[in-house]
Amino acid sequence: MASLTTDLPRRPAPGRFLPAAVIAAAVVLLAAAPWWAGRADLRLLMEALSYLALAQMWNLLAGYTGLVSVGQQAFVGLGGYLFFALAIFSGLPLLVAMPAAALATGLVAIPAGWIAFRLQGAYFAIGTWVIAEVFRLSAAQFPALGGGSGISLPVAVARSLSESREGREMAMYFLALGLGLSATFGVWALLRARWGMALTAIRDSGTAAESIGISTRRVKFLIYVGTAAMTGLTGAFLFLQKLRITPDAAFSVNDWTAFVIFIVVIGGIGTIEGPVIGTILFFALRQVAADWGSWYLMLLGAIAIAVMLVDKRGIWGALKARTGWALFPVERRLR
Amino acid sequence: MKTLLETRGLTAFYGDFQALFGVGLRVDEGETIAIIGANGAGKSTFLKTLVGIRPNRGQDITFDGQPIGGWPAQRIHKAGLAVVPEGRRLFRSLSVEENLLIGASGGRKGPWTLKAVYDLFPDLVEKRRNPGTALSGGQQQMVAIGRALMSNPRLLLCDEISLGLAPKVVRAIYEAVPLIRGRGTSILVVEQDVSQALAVASRVYCMMEGRVTLTGRPRDLSREEIAQAYFGMEAA
Amino acid sequence: MVWVNAIIQGVLLGGLYALFAAGLSLMFGVMRFVNIAHGDFIVVAAYLALTVMVSLGISPWVAVPVVVAVMAATGYLGQRLLLNRVLGKDILPPILVTFGLSIILQNALLETFSADSVRLPAGALETASLTLGDGIAIGILPLAMFATAIGVIAGLQLIFYRTPLGRMLRATSDDAEIVPLMGGNNAHIFAIATGLASAVVGVAGIWLAMRTNFDPAAGPVRLLFAFEAVIIGGLGNIWATLAGGIILGVAQTVGAQIDAGFQILAGHLVFLLILIVKPTGLMPRMTG
Repeated sequence: MASLTTDLPRRPAPGRFLPAAVIAAAVVLLAAAPWWAGRADLRLLMEALSYLALAQMWNLLAGYTGLVSVGQQAFVGLGGYLFFALAIFSGLPLLVAMPAAALATGLVAIPAGWIAFRLQGAYFAIGTWVIAEVFRLSAAQFPALGGGSGISLPVAVARSLSESREGREMAMYFLALGLGLSATFGVWALLRARWGMALTAIRDSGTAAESIGISTRRVKFLIYVGTAAMTGLTGAFLFLQKLRITPDAAFSVNDWTAFVIFIVVIGGIGTIEGPVIGTILFFALRQVAADWGSWYLMLLGAIAIAVMLVDKRGIWGALKARTGWALFPVERRLR
Repeated sequence: MKTLLETRGLTAFYGDFQALFGVGLRVDEGETIAIIGANGAGKSTFLKTLVGIRPNRGQDITFDGQPIGGWPAQRIHKAGLAVVPEGRRLFRSLSVEENLLIGASGGRKGPWTLKAVYDLFPDLVEKRRNPGTALSGGQQQMVAIGRALMSNPRLLLCDEISLGLAPKVVRAIYEAVPLIRGRGTSILVVEQDVSQALAVASRVYCMMEGRVTLTGRPRDLSREEIAQAYFGMEAA
Repeated sequence: MVWVNAIIQGVLLGGLYALFAAGLSLMFGVMRFVNIAHGDFIVVAAYLALTVMVSLGISPWVAVPVVVAVMAATGYLGQRLLLNRVLGKDILPPILVTFGLSIILQNALLETFSADSVRLPAGALETASLTLGDGIAIGILPLAMFATAIGVIAGLQLIFYRTPLGRMLRATSDDAEIVPLMGGNNAHIFAIATGLASAVVGVAGIWLAMRTNFDPAAGPVRLLFAFEAVIIGGLGNIWATLAGGIILGVAQTVGAQIDAGFQILAGHLVFLLILIVKPTGLMPRMTG
């Protein structure tokens, strides 16, 4: 144990203010977007914020509990469909129907997770995909929801947000901002809470976490259900924005899981900053390369593979390891 | 006497933790060498570094006249260095005979064939079709030794072969050591069982905390010296 | 009689699913590696067969060995050059790399062959059938497909239990870490396993091409069928994988008999049911 004599690195105190300032500036800038961004930019930001929420959830699941799911589209689609069903048939106000759909998605995730948890590792991943396929094929079996060709949200429902188009766009933007920020800060708060330290312990070593008395299985299950609910809420919002839902769009593995995984992995899995960086890069790249069609998708796949080969911690993970930077510090340092 | 294996200043690390601090060791052809030492002395790490399943790039290891530091494990094996791994590690879905045959995959020619191994350990003949793991501990150890011999090694490394076995069984297994050496295979045993090691070895190395603390012929070493080198304290 | 017919068709379809599953099961068995792009590899083999036989007009007797050999060689090299680098305790890199490969392959096929679905014509064989009285007819093509599955599985069994290579593969499956101490080269053995699995993928792709229409996006569903057959049967036993394939096939054809839109869903539901009732599969490997 002679090697433990090296000094613990001490961080200079001024470094503590800079991250807070960066975060505050970003939040203010985003909150003011309706006043500085054009309509097209606003739509892009809305989409990016939704993806940020999905990415934070997938990162919480895979990056911290090691549950690599490729079936999160199950909950995006379910959230979307349940929201449409509630909004169309129950007449619940839109802002009630969305959280209700999220809650119901979480409830469905309990039996779904109970089944998926019987599989381990990569087989868990494929199992979640089967479950998503079951949801997609089942959705096509409901004539009331339009079967295979899908269903539109009545104009009146969208109108209930605001009578004017500008008002609706403003309201939608703040919904998206709320999703993206609450996912990011929610994960941060969770990881800083006492209970969240269990998660970091699980990320770093499952067996070690077990040995200090954390029921990793229970924590993982709760995270699975919780991320499903939040993913469902995001799904409800995504299809509110699209105003139309079909089984193939709702349960698309490419749109709701592949892109999200690439965002997290490229940005840096197992960090809160990773999904933020990944989302920015993903949308920047899409702006440049959207016209390339399938070549753009091949490029994304190749980048994900390259990250795994070069440094599987991703961009932020690699930066953090070299510099010790943290925008969202969760580690408690000895001092 | 020709030198078969020689290491100079061998080091090993597990992350930041240094496990070996410059281990020098020599095995001459025809010798039986024992490395003794307590748990955590670095004996197994030393063996794993020799055979290449722990990184050994840049290490000064000469085997049979060749510098083998940095060679992949399978190449070291084919050069004639075979190991009986700690805990036996038989392949559980292979029969006894298949376990032995796996040992011969390297294709080295020599005196060790299935028949020679069965002659050495006659108990195994009637178990040859059984799964390797369905045997008693002693018989499993015999399979593990036989499996290593099947590669016709110049030097056989045995990692803690007495661990978890009854003294009677240990004696039976150690009876094979002179027979193995009689066929021209040199032997290096790593042992916690000091008396067994002293009885069988022509020279011993004692290790403690990653360093060689004592070396010599068994008859030249006193109990006190060994206890001092083994535990790092004055013998009670 | 429609039900008996559906069950017979399902059993024969199960042969195809066992072919899908055998490669997946083999790679998992030897190196605990799950290839998310497995289905896409099958579709690549199907397009390769189509190209060689239809576009180049090469006779099936030459084309089949060519497809199988090209797949095997590609599998070997892919494992050696790419996949070996991400093997390890962390499950994320292999999943991510093969997921990335899946996206790349689907889009590369789309660029090359367009999104239109295609099929490999099998000539007169397509309609030939054996009539077993009482309105039960068995197509020659599905029957040959089932026989191929039995042949492939028996061949794999032979390799695994009767050859030095198979012995080495089983040893690697048990304890890969010490195989180099027996003179085995893990990188090579893993690549051989993937090469063998890819040869089976080649056979599976040819049958997929003859049996159904397929398109560049047809891979993921095949991965799911392969996976379901493996899990239903129980890990680590290749004949059980055939049984798993048959159960899945029967579930699908019986489901389709109930309602045409219910075919795939019925297969998934039977899989989930078996996962609930018997998570280790119906015939798990017996080990001491």
